[in-house]
Amino acid sequence: MITLTWLPSLVIGLADICAAFLFMYGLQRMSSPATAASGIKVAGIGMVAAVLASFLYVFSVDPAAKPLLPINIVLALVALAIGGGLAWLAGRRVAMTAMPQMVAIYNGMGGGAAGGIAAAELFGSRAHGATALVVTLLGGLIGAVSLSGSLIAWAKLQGVINKPLRFKGQQVVNALIMAAAVVVAGVIVYGGLAGAALLWVPSTWICIFFAFALLFGVAMTLPIGGADMPVVISIYNAFTGLAVGLEGFVLQNPALMIAGMVVGAAGLLLTLLMAKAMNRSVSNVVFTNFGEAAKSKPGAIKGEEKPVQAADAAIKMRYASSVIIIPGYGLAAAQAQQKLYEFVKLLQAAGVVVRFAIHPVAGRMPGQMDVLLAEAGVPYDMIFQLDDINDDFADTDVALVIGANDVVNPAARTDKSSPIFGMPILNADKAKQVYVIKRGQGKGYAGIVNALFYGDNCNMVYGDAKGVLSAMIEGVKGLGSAAA
Amino acid sequence: MNFEIALTGFAALYIFMLAAFAGWVIIGRVPAILHTPLMSGSNFVHGIVVVGGLFTLLNARDVLEQSIGFFAVLLGAGNVAGGYAVTSRMLAMFKTSAPAPAPAHRAHHRSKAHHAKKA
Repeated sequence: MITLTWLPSLVIGLADICAAFLFMYGLQRMSSPATAASGIKVAGIGMVAAVLASFLYVFSVDPAAKPLLPINIVLALVALAIGGGLAWLAGRRVAMTAMPQMVAIYNGMGGGAAGGIAAAELFGSRAHGATALVVTLLGGLIGAVSLSGSLIAWAKLQGVINKPLRFKGQQVVNALIMAAAVVVAGVIVYGGLAGAALLWVPSTWICIFFAFALLFGVAMTLPIGGADMPVVISIYNAFTGLAVGLEGFVLQNPALMIAGMVVGAAGLLLTLLMAKAMNRSVSNVVFTNFGEAAKSKPGAIKGEEKPVQAADAAIKMRYASSVIIIPGYGLAAAQAQQKLYEFVKLLQAAGVVVRFAIHPVAGRMPGQMDVLLAEAGVPYDMIFQLDDINDDFADTDVALVIGANDVVNPAARTDKSSPIFGMPILNADKAKQVYVIKRGQGKGYAGIVNALFYGDNCNMVYGDAKGVLSAMIEGVKGLGSAAA
Repeated sequence: MNFEIALTGFAALYIFMLAAFAGWVIIGRVPAILHTPLMSGSNFVHGIVVVGGLFTLLNARDVLEQSIGFFAVLLGAGNVAGGYAVTSRMLAMFKTSAPAPAPAHRAHHRSKAHHAKKA
């Protein structure tokens, strides 16, 4: 009789290589809005193949695990059903405006899974040799930081934690926590190599190690403010990818290694793009209490904020020939994207050329505004990024700013003392007329006075974006047939 | 026959280097308008960690390893299912204002050929 003991590992190997290819091909298809929807399906096929094939591990389990195998298979199916089922339902139902916190949660889950793999390897003393131990610990550290950090990011985005927690000497405390985790990791490596326990049994050290790692994730994320979230989410995306890649090495699974590293590099690239869009370094975003020192002097800007009625602003736009709309987080917070497009369609029906200008860090995660507009039904060829539209403001009749502030603050161009000096901004101030929809007279996230609001060509429309846009729609409709 | 893989030392480093480079190049071409779906899509891709979780759980030898493995599979499965759900939802929303010109063109050709056949 022919023995087929080699067959499972062959099938697993083939499934994994298919998965690795399909992941990269799927992500590549995501580089254009026209093919993007098929990209995720392609990646999905790869995932299904890899998950199904992984059940063939039952043919080659650790001899010591053999007696438990039936229970373990049941546990695996239950975990897949519960974890997958709940996340699927949540993912189908979540509002588009809540997407950043959803992505943060899924990210944390991936990091937690990677941390769990590391923990099992360490507790079970499966990792042998210095390289395997160090890589396991590094992946576990990064995964655990990603788990707890993402949870804090979720809590902030969800509004569970409202204020950034900051105190004197915070950086020192954070550095000490990290140093402690590294020292404990060193003890674990030493213990593993020498085969001798130092002071406590290895499992105690492993618990301490993960406790410090989780604590660091919390401590690192707590002081970071809401508007820096695009950077934070990108960082944790990169972290989880990296952790998965490293644990893939430990498990000798090339699909995990490749997928993890691809995501790690992607997350790093996005992190750098976001930081660049704020003209700050990544370490500046993570390690400085931005906005704290920026208590600016209100007397520095001449003029006053000139309020105007929503209907009057709407009628002015109705008779303009071109309008550029600049959405910000305020649009998402008010869930006003549908109302906005309704208003835009009225303007378009009246012959106005309407375009959307998106700042790279508008919202709470990279590209959040684009998704909200897409949800409302705005065609993507009406949406323009900063570099593509910034020169057109000077020829534009009306710039309509909705719930955005710092990304249109001309101080970034002119005022060297401003904390946001040098940040690329949308040149809304160059339009012939600017309307700003804003909840009240408060300052932007950075706590900086916005000279745009005081300009001669600017009027403020105070109120919740949804209410103001409804009033604007009424205003244009009220013109009735006389306008047509 | 043996299909076990051994990836140690430099072989592993080469894989990491090439994968990171591929990720950088692939993602670098994605326009900013797709950054959110891209992020949640790459989020979905690192959900492959569930495979590692399954390996750990199936090889668990005691209650501690079983619990950790269960936890890892649970979280990994959540990562996969949630990442897929939100990404496909978002991507389905991106539309152009005009019907894409290329398919329309092809349809035109096809109808021409159709007519020709009829004639």
